[in-house]
Amino acid sequence: MRTLLAIVLSLFVYHVSNGQQCQEALYGQVLDFHDQTPLVGATVHILELDKAVLTDFEGRFRIEDICHGTYEVEVSHRLCRTLIFEVEILGNTQRDFQMEHHLEELEEVQVVGDLLPDVSNTAQEQRLSTQTLENYSSGTLGDALREISGVSTLKTGSNIVKPAINGLTGSRVLILNDGVRMQDMEWGDEHAPNLDINAADQVSVIKGPAALKYAGDAIGGLVVIERERVAIADSLFGKTLMTLMSNGWGGNVSTEITRTFESGWYLNGQASFKRLGDREAPDYVLSNTGMQDLGLSFHAGKRLINQGWDFDYSYYQADIAILRASHIGNVDDLIESINSGTPSVIEPFTYELGVPRQEVAHHLGKFNYYLRIKGVGKWTAQYDFQNNRRFEYDVRVGADRDKPAIDLELTTHTVMTDFTWDASSNLEVQAGVLGRYQNNFANPDTGVRRLIPDYDKYDFGAFLIGEYRLKENWLFEAGIRYDYNRIDALKFYRTSRWEERGYDEDFPEFVVEDLGTQLLTNPVFEFHNFSASTGMRVILDADSEIRANYALGQRPPNPSELFSDGLHHSAARIELGDLRIDTETSHRISVAYNRSGERWGITLEPYLNYIRDFILLEPTGAEFTIRGAFPVWSYRQTDARLAGVDLSGYYQWSPQWQSRHHFSLTKGNDLDQDEPLINIPAPITRNSVAFQKAEWHQFEVSLEGTYVFRQNEAPPNIFVFSPSQQELVELDINTPPPAYFLMALRAGMAFSLSETLVLNTGIAVENLANTNYREYLNRNRYFADDMGRNIILQLKLYY
Amino acid sequence: MKTIQFLSLFALSGLVLTSCSDDDPEPVNEEEVITTMTINLVPQGGGTAVQLQSRDLDGDGPEPPVITVSGNFSARTVYDGRIVLLNETETPPENITVEVEEEADEHQFFYTIGASLSAQTEYSNVDGNGNPLGTQFTFSAGDESTGQITFTLRHDLKKPNDGTLADAGGETDIAQTFDVAIE
Repeated sequence: MRTLLAIVLSLFVYHVSNGQQCQEALYGQVLDFHDQTPLVGATVHILELDKAVLTDFEGRFRIEDICHGTYEVEVSHRLCRTLIFEVEILGNTQRDFQMEHHLEELEEVQVVGDLLPDVSNTAQEQRLSTQTLENYSSGTLGDALREISGVSTLKTGSNIVKPAINGLTGSRVLILNDGVRMQDMEWGDEHAPNLDINAADQVSVIKGPAALKYAGDAIGGLVVIERERVAIADSLFGKTLMTLMSNGWGGNVSTEITRTFESGWYLNGQASFKRLGDREAPDYVLSNTGMQDLGLSFHAGKRLINQGWDFDYSYYQADIAILRASHIGNVDDLIESINSGTPSVIEPFTYELGVPRQEVAHHLGKFNYYLRIKGVGKWTAQYDFQNNRRFEYDVRVGADRDKPAIDLELTTHTVMTDFTWDASSNLEVQAGVLGRYQNNFANPDTGVRRLIPDYDKYDFGAFLIGEYRLKENWLFEAGIRYDYNRIDALKFYRTSRWEERGYDEDFPEFVVEDLGTQLLTNPVFEFHNFSASTGMRVILDADSEIRANYALGQRPPNPSELFSDGLHHSAARIELGDLRIDTETSHRISVAYNRSGERWGITLEPYLNYIRDFILLEPTGAEFTIRGAFPVWSYRQTDARLAGVDLSGYYQWSPQWQSRHHFSLTKGNDLDQDEPLINIPAPITRNSVAFQKAEWHQFEVSLEGTYVFRQNEAPPNIFVFSPSQQELVELDINTPPPAYFLMALRAGMAFSLSETLVLNTGIAVENLANTNYREYLNRNRYFADDMGRNIILQLKLYY
Repeated sequence: MKTIQFLSLFALSGLVLTSCSDDDPEPVNEEEVITTMTINLVPQGGGTAVQLQSRDLDGDGPEPPVITVSGNFSARTVYDGRIVLLNETETPPENITVEVEEEADEHQFFYTIGASLSAQTEYSNVDGNGNPLGTQFTFSAGDESTGQITFTLRHDLKKPNDGTLADAGGETDIAQTFDVAIE
């Protein structure tokens, strides 16, 4: 109902009369209803005249020589439900058609809660289209997500990129990969999401903890990665992408093929491979920054009207080299690195991946079943299995040279089931439960003390959400969720550390065995967390709507926040968790105004996020060892306030010229200490102007400028004793780097090789002016400049 | 009956699984740790030897290294220095000097004399390529003075280098400073 209404409302008809009979044209675009991406290869068929054309790469079509009159136009696409529109032709007539691109298994009943826009109807939500994701085929998920206002990244070099939503990252950003919550050790700053961007068809971001169906602890937000829904039709299609880039002298290849059957069966296979050598800053090679990754996925299932199932398996493996110069010995080396301005190790370009280096592998298997009960609703059950293995290789000598310094294996089993009552047209209720078991194993063969201990973790969750439609354009939503977590760890503490932290007084019951210089302890913690969300959505007119939402989220501490203890060799810092850390609670109020019209559009998203007992990691001092002094980073809790606004818009100056604008501002304050929070992204503005001309093989060119302001609000630096200078010196560890401006140029053309074969070519130049810059949220900013100019060539073949 | 059998089997398997996961983890045997650096300085031609030691038994734990200096140097005397590195977390303690000398081309000691101290050092041993290693050295005490001497061990460094830490680069294994006096 709502879909149909929106389609009808969003149609625009322009009447241009030229007075001549039967020489008129119908032209326009076929677009995806959800994200306005053009639909390629859709058929536009005027039934009365039996004239039909296919849409081109921009989703555009044009049918000539039509007489005045009213016609029935059938619009069809292999992944959409065929729609029939009545069109009045009065002169050359422009008309855009919007189609429901994601076919739900049951066409007659509109199912809410399964499609992306319904993850939350009232929270701030933005999405990336397949086309945008394809542009980042050789990059990372985090890079692509930066296209969305309010999403920044916490990076370690160029290859390890963690998405941050409104300044929050790590365990506060949940990544939902095709319905499965990623369990890939997201607690570490240098642990990037273990997934292949090429396996994703659509990605959307829900800001804040409003999507209670999946979690109550996503205080930053949710990144939802979805695959394209398959149609119940007989079809075979695929695509192959190849990207080559000059910075790193490498690229990637990705290919995907899908077979669907009339009977509801489908099969899909996808593979991608990437290889890059050392990346380069404008003035030098960033030695040891190459990478290699491999992604494979396989999907099969049967989707019918009343029931269906899916089986999914995906594998991701990445070897990522980490800037050699970022491996430092002690605090004097760090001071030297910060002061010198150039990396301490610069070697000729190589494809070799040396040390430090990470090797990660992630297996994900999923089985999903749904049953629709006529007149009641839909029942879904899912089991998923994940295995995540992480090796971190460090600069070591002697017999240990090839031995990893970190060797962790995280295994997770999850079962979940939910039921949606959607029989009523204006009320929908969904309830579900989840159970999860997780085991972490830290291999002692590394010869390095474990940073993260062995543990077993048990989770249980239950949610109830409802939405009520008052009239066609008012919608209310409310939900509650309860989560229980139990973590049962076995960890060795140095006796000296145990006492220094005061655990001998607070947690004597945890000690299992005293081995002289160290203690074996068994910390067990239980958390009971409640979350809630409520909001409303008002459709103002065909183009605009307002959403308002309040969300309460609670997140228990992750293993790193609780148990970290010791020298993190790859970061050259001593990280100290705290067993006393408790749940953090977020209250987030957000409003979103969105207008997306033919000529111009705007999205305005202000928010306020008050977080009680916010857990943060920051430099606090230095500790002395025989290797010298090391900076100590400690976790602590404070009350924090994050507030900001994300703004984006576009203007269509003429049929060929369009400009796009983004601005994002986040302010984070530590209310207890009355100082700025660490690692809050600097204000950023990104503006682009694009020219396109369909007649020239879909020619499109755009120039984009990104200006990142200097982050003027950062916590103060710390003072440490420098053994080499024999005095207390300021460690310039929190000073943000200067502002910078980057330009990017992109151009593309498409060629129809045959009726079913389309070749799309693109060229992009990033950091066009080869600007030297350092980014506040890149952990390598102390050691080296960020990446210089990168020329990217891309070929996309659709068949 | 069958149900009970199944349930008891289920419970039993649960018990087995639980007891598996309850196995205590092994403590990590830290292999590359240097806990103790002892520098024995014996005056050429006899006299009282001087011993400098830095000992940090909890490694990167909260306790700082314990620094001891056995006595003062005699003015205008040349000392033969010998550095011994131990990993005392193992019993018996492992002598790391052996490993350093085996991989001499990847290691080098540096001696940094504070400005106020009147002394000089010279390398006494070299690696296979004839570049300085420095587990053995000579320390020439000059006139009466007090000041600091810092011993730094680096691996994976540039060899040969110009003798400064900045030029050598590499990774620091040891960086310890001693307050000494020449009388």
